[in-house]
Amino acid sequence: MTAPSVKRVELDYTGSERLTMNMGPQHPSAHGVFRAVLTLEGETVVGVDSVIGYLHRCHEKLAETLTYAQYPSIASKTDYVAAMTSEFAYVRAAETIGKFEVPKRAQYLRVIVSELQRVASHLLWLGTWCMDMGGALGGGATIFLYCIRERELILDLFESLVGARLLYGFFQVGGVRYDVPDGWIASCRETVDLLDSRISEYEQMLEENPFFMARAQGVGVITRELAESVGISGPLLRGSGVNWDLRRSDPYSSYEDFDFKVPVETAGDCFARYRVRMVEFRESLKIVRQALDRLPEGPISSRPGLKSVGQTRVPKGETYVRVEGARGEVGCYLVADGSAKPYRMKWRGASFSNLAILPHIIPGHKVADIVAIMGSVDPVFGEVDR
Amino acid sequence: MMDILLPIVAPFIVLNVVVGLVTYVTLLERKFAARMQSRIGPYRVGPHGLLQPIADALKLMMKEDVVPTAADRPVYNLAPIVFLVPCMLIFATLPFAPGLGVADLNIGVLFFLAVSSMEIVGLFMAGWGSNNKYALLSAMRAVNQVISYDLPFVFSALIPVVLAGSLKMSDIAAAQAGGYGTGWFIFYPVIGQLGFIAFIVSTVAAENRAPFDILEAESELVAGFRVEYSGMKFALIQLGEYAHIIGASFLGALLFLGAWSGPGPEWVGPIWFLTKAMFIFLLVTWVRWSFVRIRVDQILALSWKALLPATLLLLLATAIIVVWRANGGA
Amino acid sequence: MTADQARALIAERFADAQVEGSAPIVATVPPDRWLAFAQFARQELGCGFFSFLTAVDWKDQGLEVVARVDNLDHNVSLFMKTRLGPGVSACASLTSVYSGANWMEREGFDMFGIRFEGHPDLRRILLSDDWEGYPLLKSYAVDTPHPPYR
Repeated sequence: MTAPSVKRVELDYTGSERLTMNMGPQHPSAHGVFRAVLTLEGETVVGVDSVIGYLHRCHEKLAETLTYAQYPSIASKTDYVAAMTSEFAYVRAAETIGKFEVPKRAQYLRVIVSELQRVASHLLWLGTWCMDMGGALGGGATIFLYCIRERELILDLFESLVGARLLYGFFQVGGVRYDVPDGWIASCRETVDLLDSRISEYEQMLEENPFFMARAQGVGVITRELAESVGISGPLLRGSGVNWDLRRSDPYSSYEDFDFKVPVETAGDCFARYRVRMVEFRESLKIVRQALDRLPEGPISSRPGLKSVGQTRVPKGETYVRVEGARGEVGCYLVADGSAKPYRMKWRGASFSNLAILPHIIPGHKVADIVAIMGSVDPVFGEVDR
Repeated sequence: MMDILLPIVAPFIVLNVVVGLVTYVTLLERKFAARMQSRIGPYRVGPHGLLQPIADALKLMMKEDVVPTAADRPVYNLAPIVFLVPCMLIFATLPFAPGLGVADLNIGVLFFLAVSSMEIVGLFMAGWGSNNKYALLSAMRAVNQVISYDLPFVFSALIPVVLAGSLKMSDIAAAQAGGYGTGWFIFYPVIGQLGFIAFIVSTVAAENRAPFDILEAESELVAGFRVEYSGMKFALIQLGEYAHIIGASFLGALLFLGAWSGPGPEWVGPIWFLTKAMFIFLLVTWVRWSFVRIRVDQILALSWKALLPATLLLLLATAIIVVWRANGGA
Repeated sequence: MTADQARALIAERFADAQVEGSAPIVATVPPDRWLAFAQFARQELGCGFFSFLTAVDWKDQGLEVVARVDNLDHNVSLFMKTRLGPGVSACASLTSVYSGANWMEREGFDMFGIRFEGHPDLRRILLSDDWEGYPLLKSYAVDTPHPPYR
């Protein structure tokens, strides 16, 4: 049982039938900085060589030079669209090795913030995917602007909680850094109700549109075996029929207290992944409501007031901790040596593994399908390149 | 004296009016699209953005004229002009009121349809001359699409011609006059409505408007055949595109919506004509800002497998009905 | 397949592997058994999900290659490790077993200089092709000057 083989991409100009085209790092739908060298036969893609690394900032080496108190706000810059879940993995890894207790209130706050972040990230995904398929001057832009309008509501909530809209320093080893201000819970509930109604609108708008269905159905099919072998996770894995959600299978931070459904679709195409994410919208809002109802009182951190470098020591040990981010399994493999800085920190980015599926599924599709597939894979290049 | 002056002055006036109309139609589209997306649109340049198109035109005129080093210079430089000329020429045969037009040819509709298909040459020249793979891919798609959709466009435009019995545009408009608007061909039972829908769909596709705008698909081909153009050449291409859309809107208003017939005295006629043309334009714009685009093979399948047979059958049905009525059928 | 059954199978087939823990199972194998162990994990233990593969630089003790695979149906996680030994920077490639190892091993080569034998396309993935040195090695200083990007 060997892994499915990759087509060798011929990058030389082989006669008059094949065209080598570069979808360069500067491209309106590259979702960041991504370069794909395409080999085309007419409109059909025959081979793709993906070149990444344009956003490489060597987080892993950087983490060896920063303490456990300094790094979490840098961690949010890996998956900058879903920054809260990015910080989560690193902080939990340090807590697991050091066996630091996280108070219940902090756990619930972490859940609320992660789920709101998931909704915000999926809103951006929906907007940019439709924009890629429909054009920045066209129907796609309409849905993009509606989704951005909704996302602003969530970012406003984060701004009043943390002080930042996009990249937060909310998590710290032992708990969270800020407590909810007055009136936040009420405005959070209002926002959640409003988002619920708007999401039904988008579903209706898109699923009753035969053009959208023609672009999304049957495109970019990922089989279950390929999915597991490459290591894709999150909505991509669940869209290919694998019932695997870390919040359910490997619960952390009180996720076992909440009642939510894990959507699974078997078709494996772009439409299946779209359906998975649309259901995840609703389930995340459900979790937020439950967490707001049952938010316990108590301290928000077991190690408050960490200011000096020496206080953040983590004993010797190693662990791999994973979190269900908006894009999949975000993990942190941490090797600690008893000092205030990690010895080795490996960041398992969900988008890095998700993007590795492209050379397997793109050949055979048309040029127009590349953007549809890339949009449904939803990479964020902060996570890919780190 | 008038015989010499009129053929010089009339086209001059028409061209200037068309260019002015085209620039302001871009503003109309931007405002309309903005309201659909819950925002305002151009607002600051002039009251409610009314001077925005002038600002855009000035900006484009002041830009540097960049020619890629390896581009095929004659082809590259001529392409915007070859693209623009047919798009302006179609306004020659449009009568804006009974007797008010540049050249009311007795093969008016044929001239319009033939000349409007000539833009594909300019389009392909632009794609080829740019020496850019994106432009080339877009030009290949364009040739494919425009040729496929010109056929249903012609057949659906022929339906009112058969109903009116003449290719002359003022005859078609006159055949729809009277009856307080019930004479308009769009209200002709079944055939009128289906013909109008087929006309709108094939117009949108033949003009490369979304959802059929694969050849300029910004998210795939980054502006397609226009990718290497900037400054005034880009302005000419934009002008040509919008002029074509407006021209096709005017044609649709004339063929199906009765041109200048409407309540009020005769001098209001051209205003009604303009209103109807703008209605068609806004319909096309509404579709543009609502739908994602479909893939090239799906577009071609739609044309050859669905639209072309449908328009052929409609034309056949129209012809049968007309002959039947002429022979004294009820 | 429970974690205990998996541990028993590993002990039976790979007597020279050190096994600890059950969630995840941490198995350290000698480098020459690396590929065989991966094939065993995929076929016998049913661990089809490839999570990641990376390396740790233990200075004088050499490099260690770490990989994690999961059995999603039975929720069994397996951590495979192998110590390459001081001065050694070659390892067998897992691309014939797991497709995801392709990019992960390219990153291992890029950052640590480990040559994965049997990899179809071993070249740098994150850094530019003309970069000198392997940044994540402990011998590579954080402030190493590098030529400006061309």
